[in-house]
Amino acid sequence: MRPLTEEETRVMFEKLAKYIGENLQLLVDRPDGTYCFRLHNDRVYYVSEKILKLASNISGDKLVSLGTCFGKFTKTHKFRLHVTALDYLAPYAKYKVWIKPGAEQSFLYGNHVLKSGLGRITENTSQYQGVVVYSMADIPLSPLLQKKTKTRDNLPPTPSQLLQ
Amino acid sequence: MGRKLDPTKKEKRGPGRKARKQKGAETELARFLPADADESSKRLSSRARKRAAKRRLGSAEGLKSNKSPGAKPLPGKLPKGAVQTQVSGKKGASPVRAVGYGGKRPAPSPSSDEDEEEEDSEGGVVSQGLLWGSEDSEADMVDDYGANSRSEGEEDGGEELLPIERAARKQKAQETDLGSLWSEEETDEEEGAPSAEPGPTKDDEQEGELQINVDEEEPFLLPPAGEAEQGAQAADLQRVHKRIQDIVGVLRDFGKQREEGRSRSEYLSRLQKDLAAYYSYGDFLLGKLMDLFPLSELVEFLEANEVPRPITLRANTLKTRRRDLAQALINRGVNLDPLGKWSKTGLVVYDSSVPIGATPEYLAGHYMLQGASSMLPVMALAPQEHERILDMCCAPGGKTSYIAQLMKNTGVILANDANAERLKSVVGNLHRLGVTNAVLSHYDGRQFPKVAGGFDRVLLDAPCSGTGVISKDPAVKTNKDEKDIQRCAHLQKELLLSAIDSVNATSKTGGYLVYCTCSVMVEENEWVVDYALKKRNVRLVPTGLDFGQEGFTRFRERRFHPTLRSTRRFYPHTHNMDGFFIAKFKKFSNSIPQSQPAPGDSAAAAPATVALPALNGQATPKAENSSEPAKRARVAGKAKQKQKHPKKASFQKQNGISKRTDSELPTVPSVTKAQASSQLQNSGPPAENAHLTREPRAPGKLTQRSPKPRAPKKGAGRKQNAPAMGSDPQTPAWLSSKTQAAPNSEDQGQPPERARGAEQRKQPVPRPSLKKAAFRNQNGTPKGPQSPLMHPRSPSRPPPAKRRKWLPRGSRQPPPEADS
Repeated sequence: MRPLTEEETRVMFEKLAKYIGENLQLLVDRPDGTYCFRLHNDRVYYVSEKILKLASNISGDKLVSLGTCFGKFTKTHKFRLHVTALDYLAPYAKYKVWIKPGAEQSFLYGNHVLKSGLGRITENTSQYQGVVVYSMADIPLSPLLQKKTKTRDNLPPTPSQLLQ
Repeated sequence: MGRKLDPTKKEKRGPGRKARKQKGAETELARFLPADADESSKRLSSRARKRAAKRRLGSAEGLKSNKSPGAKPLPGKLPKGAVQTQVSGKKGASPVRAVGYGGKRPAPSPSSDEDEEEEDSEGGVVSQGLLWGSEDSEADMVDDYGANSRSEGEEDGGEELLPIERAARKQKAQETDLGSLWSEEETDEEEGAPSAEPGPTKDDEQEGELQINVDEEEPFLLPPAGEAEQGAQAADLQRVHKRIQDIVGVLRDFGKQREEGRSRSEYLSRLQKDLAAYYSYGDFLLGKLMDLFPLSELVEFLEANEVPRPITLRANTLKTRRRDLAQALINRGVNLDPLGKWSKTGLVVYDSSVPIGATPEYLAGHYMLQGASSMLPVMALAPQEHERILDMCCAPGGKTSYIAQLMKNTGVILANDANAERLKSVVGNLHRLGVTNAVLSHYDGRQFPKVAGGFDRVLLDAPCSGTGVISKDPAVKTNKDEKDIQRCAHLQKELLLSAIDSVNATSKTGGYLVYCTCSVMVEENEWVVDYALKKRNVRLVPTGLDFGQEGFTRFRERRFHPTLRSTRRFYPHTHNMDGFFIAKFKKFSNSIPQSQPAPGDSAAAAPATVALPALNGQATPKAENSSEPAKRARVAGKAKQKQKHPKKASFQKQNGISKRTDSELPTVPSVTKAQASSQLQNSGPPAENAHLTREPRAPGKLTQRSPKPRAPKKGAGRKQNAPAMGSDPQTPAWLSSKTQAAPNSEDQGQPPERARGAEQRKQPVPRPSLKKAAFRNQNGTPKGPQSPLMHPRSPSRPPPAKRRKWLPRGSRQPPPEADS
């Protein structure tokens, strides 16, 4: 377990910024303590410092996971965001998309969403914008990259939506 | 099939399509009621008849009691021939029956009247015989009738039932008259029919049962023990089942219902075999269960293990509320209910139209599928916010996530598991449920205080034999044996000690440890808890669960600490949840007792004795006894203790806690008491050894034994007796200290005995003897540092005799020691 290097930090933040923009700072300075990112086995974990202290006692090969896994770095050092990061991104998302109940199930099980399945969408959402998908009950379902025309699978767990 | 069309007869017909095909019900019945002969025999082919006969024979055993009812209809036959025969005819052969009661019967019956009558005449005898196995075509009908009546009256079509019932009643009345006749006939038949029964035992049973008045329930007769009936009986589960019920009934009222000349143990062994066969258990496990449960509960327990427990889930309060979740699931088509008053987050699912493990709510982490009994240890643990919690065996993560949700994601949880594969499921579950304060590690639980310690609370859900979750994993029924249980128990003891060492007793809000297993075996539950009480500075506290059965404080020959009553046991047949055991400890001191338990504390540190599980059972009472002498011994025994230390060190390892050995050595002085107690406990075998040595001591130094726990001494080569582990170390100590005391250590019991001059090397006496020894010791026979030579050697009884004289120390010992 080690802190992220500059390069890795940059890459990761770039990715996150697509979804939450400049609210990144809010992730680090939280009211209940400082959180930080740590890298372990190519995965980025988001932990509070208290947890970090305990986790540092554990030897590297025995540590499996800590806090929340945000995503991982691929072999080519691209950062893939995981659905487990959703809880933290959702509150700060800049662009949101709501989908109708009918399309919700299909979306959850991996299908793309047609335009007709969209309930609401934040204004000024440009193409290929990273959005967080919500159900009509305001439950965040997944972050996605939205596509205007064809589908493109962007984030690990979910497909992109198909917009007009 | 050809119905005889009799234009002169006008039949009443009901409305409907079928009425055209069949004659009206009344007409059908009319045929039977007047007791027309039934030509069921005609219907049956030879094969069918044979099959029917076989069926009757086969069910004869199990349906002995049915004979009576069966007999009743038979008698009825005689007088009323027609009715019964018709019934029997109908029921006689399954093929016949299958055909249906409807139209066919009436047609043949008139023609068979004559046949019936003939049959009836012999029916009295024949029917009986058929019931029991004689196979005559003619008799078949009668037998079938009997069999049918046995099997159920409801076989008949609804229409016929009523008239038949009437007929049956008539028959019964007649039967009582003929009762004697029937019984004789049955007897004859029975004896004639043994061929069909497998093995001679059946005959015995049959005859025995037959001799009793058939009208009453025949007393159950035990098949001769040791008969090679296995194969034959296994084949007929119904019979086995009936026999099980009979035996349980007999044992319930053994005085009255027993069969002469048969002992209770024969009944029990028969029952064990039957239960094993019926429920597919291995003999070992079934024997253990028989020890654990009274017979009535045993059958319930076994039955409950055949059926899965209801599915329960736990709402994840980090993400939702139980109310909302229930509503959402009901909308999806799940039929559920809150789990009970004792749980605020549990829901039980009755049925569901969608897969419970795949709903969007599940994927969003709103709930977790978890057994009801698995929620209990976390409720007992009661984690508070901002605490440091350790979960030693966390996979698949249900309890860990429950802890996290109770803590509201504050504090830290260290979730550990030794199995890497299962850890992956923990990762998945924790992330899914939104647990953010958890760190997962992959250590062997026994390494724990070294890796990280000082936790406020620890949960240890120890790996066990799984005898409480047989309904989930039926393989447990057969693949567990003595070795498995011992291995599990050993591992659990080690884990528990490590867990105890990881708790910080001085924690402001905590200092608690919950130990739980999903097993019902005493070796894995009470025994392990008792062991920990002796070895560490912990005590049992109430779990906070107000339901559940209390743990045992004694079991067969073992005695546990009385506080074990605060532990809880759960069973599938009483609580409808998986078998479980929960114990909650509070650690009150961070120091690890080496040999001396805190005064008055149940925790005794007997390092050496770890390995002697059997001995542990006896610990508690002895501990108390030993404490007395121990105190006395302490006075004299410092020297001994030093000796003991080395031994202890070797034993310490058993606990997997190396530091103990180190610490022990220096701190021994007080050992005596602790050791004495521990020794006592372990001393079962050591005691024996000690006998030898103690003899000389008899005068009363017994208390000095403290060294007993010194199993390590054994390593020194004292072989004395295998069990003497504890004893050996002790004896040397005593020897050094005092002549008398030497053997004391292990045999605390023994010294007292010896003091009395009793040769009993048996352990059982120790306790009382200890007390006496204590008194004696007070006299001040200091335990001199006897030569370590003295080892309580049990094997050589004769030498002890010599020693009994209480020769001056040193002199005695060498001779007896020789063998050691």
